[in-house]
Amino acid sequence: MNEKKFTGRVTGINSNMLSVAFSERVIQNEVAYVVTDDGARLKSEVIRVRGQEADIQVFENTGGLKVGDVVEFSGELLSVELGPGLLTQVYDGLQNPLPELARQAGYFLKRGLYVYPLDREKLWDYTPVAAAGAELSAGDTVGTVPEGIFTHKIMLPFSWHGKWKLTRVCEAGAFNINHVVATASNGQEERDITMVQTWPVKVPISCYREKLLPVEPLVTQVRVIDTFFPVAKGGTFCTPGPFGAGKTVLQHALSQRSEVDVVIIAACGERAGEVVEILREFPYLPDPRTGQNLIDRTIIICNTSSMPVAAREASIYTSVTLAEYYRQMGLSVLLLADSTSRWAQALREVSGRLEEIPGEEAFPAYLETLVAGFYERAGLVQLNDGEQGSITICGAVSPAGGNFEEPVTQATLKVVGSFLALSRDRANARRYPAIHPLESWSKYQSLVPERIITKARLFLREGNEVNQMMKVVGEEGTPTSDFVVYLKSEFIDAVYLQQNTFDQVDGACGAERQKYTFAKLVQVLEKKFDFVDKDEARSYFLHLRQAFIDWNYAPWDSEEFRKAEAAIDATLAKK
Amino acid sequence: MRKIYHRIIQISGNVITIEAENVANGELAEVRSDRGVSLAQVIRLNHNRVSLQVFAGSRGISTDSEVRFLGRPMRVSASEALLGRIFTGNGSPRDNGPQLSDNMIDIGGPPVNPANRIIPRNMIRTGVPMIDVFNTLVESQKLPIFSVAGESYNQLLARIAMQAEVDVIVLGGMGLKYDDYLYFKNTLDDHGALSRTVMFIHTAADPTVECLLVPDMALAAAEYFATEHNKRVLVLLSDMTNFCDSLKEIAITMEQIPSNRGYPGDLYSQLAARYEKAVDFEDAGSITILAVTTMPGDDVTHPVPDNTGYITEGQFYLVHGRIEPFGSLSRLKQQVNDKTRADHRTLMDTMIRLYAEYKEALEKQSMGFRMSDWDQKLLKYGEMFEDRMMDLSVNIPLEEALDLGWKTLSECFEPAETGIKSEMVRSFWPKAESAE
Ligand SMILES: Nc1ncnc2c1ncn2[C@@H]1O[C@H](COP(=O)(O)OP(=O)(O)OP(=O)(O)O)[C@@H](O)[C@H]1O
Ligand SMILES: [Mg+2]
Repeated sequence: MNEKKFTGRVTGINSNMLSVAFSERVIQNEVAYVVTDDGARLKSEVIRVRGQEADIQVFENTGGLKVGDVVEFSGELLSVELGPGLLTQVYDGLQNPLPELARQAGYFLKRGLYVYPLDREKLWDYTPVAAAGAELSAGDTVGTVPEGIFTHKIMLPFSWHGKWKLTRVCEAGAFNINHVVATASNGQEERDITMVQTWPVKVPISCYREKLLPVEPLVTQVRVIDTFFPVAKGGTFCTPGPFGAGKTVLQHALSQRSEVDVVIIAACGERAGEVVEILREFPYLPDPRTGQNLIDRTIIICNTSSMPVAAREASIYTSVTLAEYYRQMGLSVLLLADSTSRWAQALREVSGRLEEIPGEEAFPAYLETLVAGFYERAGLVQLNDGEQGSITICGAVSPAGGNFEEPVTQATLKVVGSFLALSRDRANARRYPAIHPLESWSKYQSLVPERIITKARLFLREGNEVNQMMKVVGEEGTPTSDFVVYLKSEFIDAVYLQQNTFDQVDGACGAERQKYTFAKLVQVLEKKFDFVDKDEARSYFLHLRQAFIDWNYAPWDSEEFRKAEAAIDATLAKK
Repeated sequence: MRKIYHRIIQISGNVITIEAENVANGELAEVRSDRGVSLAQVIRLNHNRVSLQVFAGSRGISTDSEVRFLGRPMRVSASEALLGRIFTGNGSPRDNGPQLSDNMIDIGGPPVNPANRIIPRNMIRTGVPMIDVFNTLVESQKLPIFSVAGESYNQLLARIAMQAEVDVIVLGGMGLKYDDYLYFKNTLDDHGALSRTVMFIHTAADPTVECLLVPDMALAAAEYFATEHNKRVLVLLSDMTNFCDSLKEIAITMEQIPSNRGYPGDLYSQLAARYEKAVDFEDAGSITILAVTTMPGDDVTHPVPDNTGYITEGQFYLVHGRIEPFGSLSRLKQQVNDKTRADHRTLMDTMIRLYAEYKEALEKQSMGFRMSDWDQKLLKYGEMFEDRMMDLSVNIPLEEALDLGWKTLSECFEPAETGIKSEMVRSFWPKAESAE
């Protein structure tokens, strides 16, 4: 790889897209650097080659660049560093740690400033696993270091083909990531293994035996998801919705409360302020599952809307590559991407500047392929050592005008396993989370038997029909029995679908609790009520709702919980 | 001395093309024609062909007009001398004051490193219940007023600006009607606020694309006051739809493939680059951005309000002189409304939910259906809500507005009908009065 570095010269500039004349060779998707007047080197990526001209997208503002500026080709694809110390980090789309950039450059981001993703000095307690003489393939464990609560595996680099025999291994000890922990030979050459390896972000890591069907539910503690529109570990789901419908609030709740090992938050082209909340709060928020803080299981990739758009495109790939790395250790990883539409828009900007023939709404014709390729990197896999690891991907989608008939939503719907449609009307009526119970769907298995869910769904559907009908014939034209169906559907909505995300108790409804409360809910649904008139029915359900909401706010299995339950039972016994 | 060019090889829309060497992307030039001198900016380079957008428009430019490169991008003087001054859309004095040349800084500078931001924490009190109670404005928020043309959005903007406790006000006018410009100026003057205000005013009479520079100039000045002088800066931008339309015009001239109704595919990124300048620092000041986005055809799905809504931290919908509860949203409210008063959040949610039900009842009524007892209660409530909360002439502090909210609920409903949790009812439901 350390061959002679080739160079070229800028011949054209169109926003962040440069044309570069070269005379030797370039590699598609290799990293290049544009050298500015003041000596800064701006990172870029080759994205098209035509004749003796390459088009490169610059991951920085291109103000001040000139025709004739020198471009250096690196010969390497856009890659990330993988090793211990990724957890708790806050990176930009190109894996620069933002706090370190802030330390070096102050309030504002500085063009051309790049720093190592991983700490070079920090010592890790290394324990060898494979002995000298062991024969390994890519992804097999060489040794381990503790990283927070996890046993972080140091693996034979994913890019090494074939079988490698360990020729030397080091003793246990405290080393930095560049320390040679083993050497290996494939019979032709001998290479060093350190605790860090690099991997090109646009290529999936595939060092596993096979992909398995995702079945085990991923408990998110959001009732409407886990019970009605569940997600499986290794599955994919999307949350499209118009602005302000609650995509980000939902993803933040998922990042805190989902029962997974590692969470990767990809803040892709959205507001910086939203990331700051995570950045500032996660270090102090306890993770009830581990007793540590939430940040200890989290990586944040933050390429917000005013940061360079080419790096936004890269950030999605950076995120999923980090997810794959932790999956290789047998962990369950949840990747939350907010918003995949901003990534798609970045692709559109690139495509437009390349003057490619556009598809619908000027998105590139290959949009669907890229969207599918991204979600395909999710999955449950059986690793070479027999363990299982998973990546679950949740993509927020921000459809223009809130209309789901647009290319990004449609491309996403084709590939995901669960669709949580956030609705403007529900958000306006403050029915949060605004996941629409009639439009959403899921192909995964719920915590609750399907048979029972179906009943509840039926009430929701029929209740909605009655409501529609009432708008035409009025309440007086509606039979009381139908009206009760409507009240029951509203009841499901008020006490079960709606959940106060910002309340520590109501906002985190564990699997056991969901099963328990849902059973009570079904009891209400199945009960035959005898009401003299609609006003009596309405007033009864209002009281029942009140009792149920109080119950939702009582800590699970507490005295308060039992008292609130007794109040519900008493109300039910009255009728 | 930089070379002067005299041969313009293409004039199309407001973009001209010349052949020149050694020109930088984004560099400024002066174009001199019989009509006068205009600033122009390099927007594309292709070998030796240089395309420039001409801010005063290309009308009257001849193929032999003079183009002189300035060797720098657009700049603004970062100095306290800005205060009390009024500039045009391209930064020259609109008042009779001197041209400023101290400490010139590039506009459109790099974004703030997200790691340097802090969680917004200070409520900005406005005295408007629809804002303070339901959509609390927060220091460092970026928030547009969505409005149809003809609403008095600039009056609302000015009113909030005058009530808000801030150190510096920066007003960026884009396509501002001259009357509105005078209105702003007089209001600021009446409140003695002119001396802490900077204005960059592009009026409806000025060449359209000249307004493209206004947000960047206003925000560069704001960043200077926030970071160098630790000031709380309020930036007012009216009307951002004009800015977007200028972007569209240039994009079409450059033959970019439009994404939606002629607007360029990077409209979102362009708007975000500006709005994201709103920020609060730990050890420096803050920037709050209040903007106006007029909605063509009263259509919120139009690309301009739509993209804006996806970027800003909420929006105020101004309809028929009132801030509509639906669609209006302050996304930062939860950062502050748990510290105002214990009942703030509950009251806010409940009142809006009931108002939504009122709207449904109203719909039923309009279709001639019999109103149930419940509907009657909702109708009474809805009208009271509109009078006491939504009317923009109401000007009361938050606490008073909250009390009024409870009073309204208790005059209309039984506690259980509101769905408020019992504990909250015990503490806040007005007692003696509601017993009647
Ligand atoms: N579960 C919830 N509970 C209470 N309020 C909510 C909830 N979800 C959303 N909201 C309210 O709606 C606002 C907008 O939510 P959010 O930021 O998640 O929207 P979004 O769909 O991500 O919008 P955008 O596409 O513009 O980013 C929040 O600031 C909050 O006020
Ligand atoms: Mg969001």
